[in-house]
Amino acid sequence: MQPAISIQNLGKSYATGHVALKNVSLDIQHGEIFALLGPNGAGKTTLIGIVCGLVNATSGSVYADGHDIRKDFRVARSMIGLVPQEIATDSFETVWDTSCLSRGLFGKAPNPAHIEKVLRALSLWDKKDSMIRTLSGGMKRRVMIAKALSHEPTILFLDEPTAGVDVELRRDMWQVVRDLRAGGVTIILTTHYIEEAEEMADRIGVIRKGELILVEEKSALMRKLGQKQLCLRLKAPLEAVPEALSDYALTLSADGNQLIYRFDAQADETGIAALLRRLGEQGIDFKELQSDQSSLEDIFVSLIHEESKEHAR
Amino acid sequence: MNFHAIRAIYRFEMHRTFRTLTQSIASPVLSTSLYFIVFGAAIGSRMGAIDGISYGAFIIPGLIMLSLLNESISNASFAIYLPKWTGTIYEVLSAPVSFVEVMVGYVGAAATKSVILGVLILCTARIFVDYSIEHPVWMLFFLVLTAVTFSLFGFIIGIWADNFEKLQVIPLMIVTPLTFLGGSFYSISMLPPIWQKITLFNPVVYLISGFRWSFYGVADVNVVVCIGVIVAFLVVCVATVWWIFRTGYRLKP
Repeated sequence: MQPAISIQNLGKSYATGHVALKNVSLDIQHGEIFALLGPNGAGKTTLIGIVCGLVNATSGSVYADGHDIRKDFRVARSMIGLVPQEIATDSFETVWDTSCLSRGLFGKAPNPAHIEKVLRALSLWDKKDSMIRTLSGGMKRRVMIAKALSHEPTILFLDEPTAGVDVELRRDMWQVVRDLRAGGVTIILTTHYIEEAEEMADRIGVIRKGELILVEEKSALMRKLGQKQLCLRLKAPLEAVPEALSDYALTLSADGNQLIYRFDAQADETGIAALLRRLGEQGIDFKELQSDQSSLEDIFVSLIHEESKEHAR
Repeated sequence: MNFHAIRAIYRFEMHRTFRTLTQSIASPVLSTSLYFIVFGAAIGSRMGAIDGISYGAFIIPGLIMLSLLNESISNASFAIYLPKWTGTIYEVLSAPVSFVEVMVGYVGAAATKSVILGVLILCTARIFVDYSIEHPVWMLFFLVLTAVTFSLFGFIIGIWADNFEKLQVIPLMIVTPLTFLGGSFYSISMLPPIWQKITLFNPVVYLISGFRWSFYGVADVNVVVCIGVIVAFLVVCVATVWWIFRTGYRLKP
């Protein structure tokens, strides 16, 4: 089976000389939710733009379900739906009309029942006859999604779909995305909210300065890079980490009341039991202990940070 | 061919036209009526006949062309400039359509609007001036051909323009002067001999001349040459639109 999207050696240099993408290769499988993370200006939107036909690639090729997006653009594009980052709507048109336009543009015969289903799923049905300019920002964002779904794409690109929407709406949208995936739609999303990727994605790609620096299953990434830490709140403050504990990676909080031990959650031996015994031997008592696992956000920040340091070298 | 896309664009654009009916149809009809009142009924009654046609009737084809050219260009240029300006062009660019569907949808709607306008002006003229149409089928042919060709030209301007000023500059600075100097209000045989030659470089002369022939059977230039010039301009415009969509000029970075 062909990947839903296959990107091969994709490069993009703008006329200004700015290199937005450097030799990016990536396969996205059918039915998965793929989250593309990266700081501003990393090349996420350019990558999506090329796949969807909004930007001309400088080099490389892209296939949608085996169809070249340039040579076989009619088949390729008819599968792909796009919700761009910027809200761009026909302000003076109604929600219904603009959704019908989108469906027609993508070569689908009119189907009022489908448009109704989409608008209801996005809580837009009550607004179907409203002019788009009268809607709130969050509602306009929903309209953008409705337009993309109106033509029944099997591959959906969501470029920062929940930017600037409130928490409730964001959770509604996540549900919509999950429902779509359950219906077999492949979803590629870019986001600034790491929580979003953590919540929804099957796989995660990290892009930085036009280079794809990592592609990994989310769970594997969390396992591989996820560090755990044990925090011990001491009964009596310490001035420094005792010499007898120097073989453990311990740090002492500034007020001397907390000892923090970082360990690899995947290792066979975490060293916790031995550390606690050693503390007992040293007569260091603690009143509370808790452990935390790094979030995807910590992982992301550390990845970007490490890469920056490497580039600086 | 994605016929659903053509239909969708066409319907969407026609809907926009009817939503802005006053601006799209009523105002050009009103301004042309003023021309008929001033030049046709008031001043025209004191002017001699040209080629045996009363002055009021003589200027009808030229005045219709004047409106047709301006409206075709402004309708089509605005139709494609608007989605570029608002950003909704992303949808057209990401849709499974080639330049053919986009061009037929947008230009078809703009030309339809211009033809409706042309017919309305023709009917309005009847109130002020008496005229006859010798070759009604050819008249319609010229009307449609000109509307389509200049809507295409407007479509190109709309893609080329990256601000509102550029959108206006060609219609105002080039097309309007060419139309006024193209024989809307006079026969080119009334010009000094040297200007009769120079004026042949003005493409609008051929539009007006051919169109006037369909009304009264008299023309400044051979009708076949008129059709040839308009068709040649049409072909150049289609080729330009093809090139724009192939390269992404002013559409894709």
